[in-house]
Amino acid sequence: MDEDRQKPRDKDQWLPAATAAGTVRDADFTTVSSAEVEALYRPSDLAGHDYDRDLGDPGDYPYTRGIHPMMYRGRLWTMRQFAGFGEAEDTNQRFRFLLEQGQTGLSLALDLPTLMGYDSDDLRSEGEVGRCGVAMDSVLDMERVFEGIPLDRVTTSMTTNAPAAILLAFYLVAAERQGVGFDQVGGTIQNDILKEYIAQNTYIFPPEPSLRLITDIFAFCADHVPRWNTISISGYHIREAGATAVQELAFTLANGFAYVDAGLEVGLDVDVFAPRLSFFFNAHIDLFEEVAKYRAARRIWARHMRERYGAKDQRSWLMRFHTQTAGCSLTAQQPDNNIVRTAIEALASILGGTQSLHTNSLDEVLALPTERAVEIALRTQQVLAYETGVANVVDPLGGSYYVEALTDRMEEEAEEYFRKIDALGGVVAAIDKSFFQKEIAEASFRYQMQVERGDKVVVGVNKFATGGPPRVETLRIDPALEARQVERLRELRVGRDQAAADKALSDLLAACTGGENVMPVLLDCARAFCTLGEMVATMKTVFGVYRETPVF
Amino acid sequence: MTGKIRVVVAKPGLDGHDRGAKVIARALRDAGMEVIYTGLHQTAEQIVETAIQEDADVVGLSVLSGAHMTLVPKVARLLREQGVEDVLVLAGGTIPEEDHEELKREGVLAVFTPGATTTDIVAFIKSSVAGAAA
Repeated sequence: MDEDRQKPRDKDQWLPAATAAGTVRDADFTTVSSAEVEALYRPSDLAGHDYDRDLGDPGDYPYTRGIHPMMYRGRLWTMRQFAGFGEAEDTNQRFRFLLEQGQTGLSLALDLPTLMGYDSDDLRSEGEVGRCGVAMDSVLDMERVFEGIPLDRVTTSMTTNAPAAILLAFYLVAAERQGVGFDQVGGTIQNDILKEYIAQNTYIFPPEPSLRLITDIFAFCADHVPRWNTISISGYHIREAGATAVQELAFTLANGFAYVDAGLEVGLDVDVFAPRLSFFFNAHIDLFEEVAKYRAARRIWARHMRERYGAKDQRSWLMRFHTQTAGCSLTAQQPDNNIVRTAIEALASILGGTQSLHTNSLDEVLALPTERAVEIALRTQQVLAYETGVANVVDPLGGSYYVEALTDRMEEEAEEYFRKIDALGGVVAAIDKSFFQKEIAEASFRYQMQVERGDKVVVGVNKFATGGPPRVETLRIDPALEARQVERLRELRVGRDQAAADKALSDLLAACTGGENVMPVLLDCARAFCTLGEMVATMKTVFGVYRETPVF
Repeated sequence: MTGKIRVVVAKPGLDGHDRGAKVIARALRDAGMEVIYTGLHQTAEQIVETAIQEDADVVGLSVLSGAHMTLVPKVARLLREQGVEDVLVLAGGTIPEEDHEELKREGVLAVFTPGATTTDIVAFIKSSVAGAAA
């Protein structure tokens, strides 16, 4: 054997030697986020690493390797497919189908009028009722969605932000009407308004009153709904809007810290609300970058919560998160390829230690998914969980020179963003200055140009394209449902005790104007069959509405 | 054709997905066009008013909410009702193939779906505006 090959070399010597030994393809070797990565990582890349300080065993601070000692040997991740469309009955049927297929948690998709605070009969709702999710005008719609599904037996995640407090009130009153106490229900509301201004754009009120609604929910649930995750601080939409992995990481955690600050400002004890904070990340196609992102996220959160905020309860240090595979990585062309992409992204989230997972369906780039497509997506998770062996070992990529080096670097880059955001005056001030919006628009445009130049390959789109329209069946929403939902709403208004509804809405107005917690009055509004649109309109008179400053 | 091509890029309805609209807006601007981006949550009436005020050559509507069959024809119809016949209406977003024909019957010149490149869209607008002016 060649003498020289046995000698340890440092990286400066290795790279020229390796490059000289073989040709390098003319290709892009950056991550999907355009982050430079080296051809090889070696022990020298982890110089100064300290196992206990930087990683720790799973279940130990700083939780880089996972939040539970046994991770998936103890309990698999929750398979939670986001679903909801059409009328309440359609969604109820899809939920029952998913539960029968072995899904273990529910995730409710609401239509745009609901997310934006309009009733189905509002002029602004025309054409949008039941399209992106189910229409939810009153507690009766919530009740119909969960018909035959006992609310003490499932946990439900609801993707709602601006009107989150109202949807939570609907859910709790629906449980109450099933005979289930508030302390027996479990679930999550997204309730993350900051990322709405940054990326997803389903905002209603300005930041200040929106943050007040959020802290009202923190306080109410701490006392009455102990199993409820009061917020799901979301990077998903930030990433979908075009952000890089580091931007997703940094902006999401910055928002997380802003919510902690908001809780502290209204006098809540950090250990009272922080254990119920949860997170939601994207799983994009660059597997190792994604794994490093989740690991860095856990470590950053733990360090800041313990060291900066002085949280004492270990549960305040733990970052629990849901993951969804990247919708923006899917292609309309050759849609079957999306099954493969989704499987790899799901794998990334599992290797990264997610607590729950939604896998996208192959047709979601075209329309809401068909039942067949949803089944494949769920089966993908089941194959990963039960066949591949990836759930046997905790943090199997821990100790990889590459993954550890990338985890460190992403943490450093996120810290740099935190300093920038602080210098701008914090998250809300940075939103006002369009800082996030510009950063994301820039990254998104850069990626699009890379795809158009062919620097970034998208199989079936800019390479190996076959042409012709995609061959795939899509789900059609019945256009007549809008009229049916409007009619149901009319019946509700005619049939309810109007004086009780008026009284509840005037109490809501008083609570919004004064400083008292709005949750109890929102529950009374739900019980009095006030509609979502009526409640939001009442709140708007006090809180006002938010208008974006468009930047591109 | 003299002067810059004037394009209104609009987001009708309640849909908040603005990644595509912003990328298109920037690409058209970089290609030398005058771009007016309306921002989010526009009603059909607001979009038509902007198109008239801005003397637009092209209105590009971006819809990813599934509400395209209501919102897009409404804009095209209102433009006709206002006597604005010379504005080219384009649509983009998650719009299934089977809806394209009906949108075209309603007055939409072309529909761009996921995977369309900004290069193609720029070229299409340039040739269509030149054709309309001829």
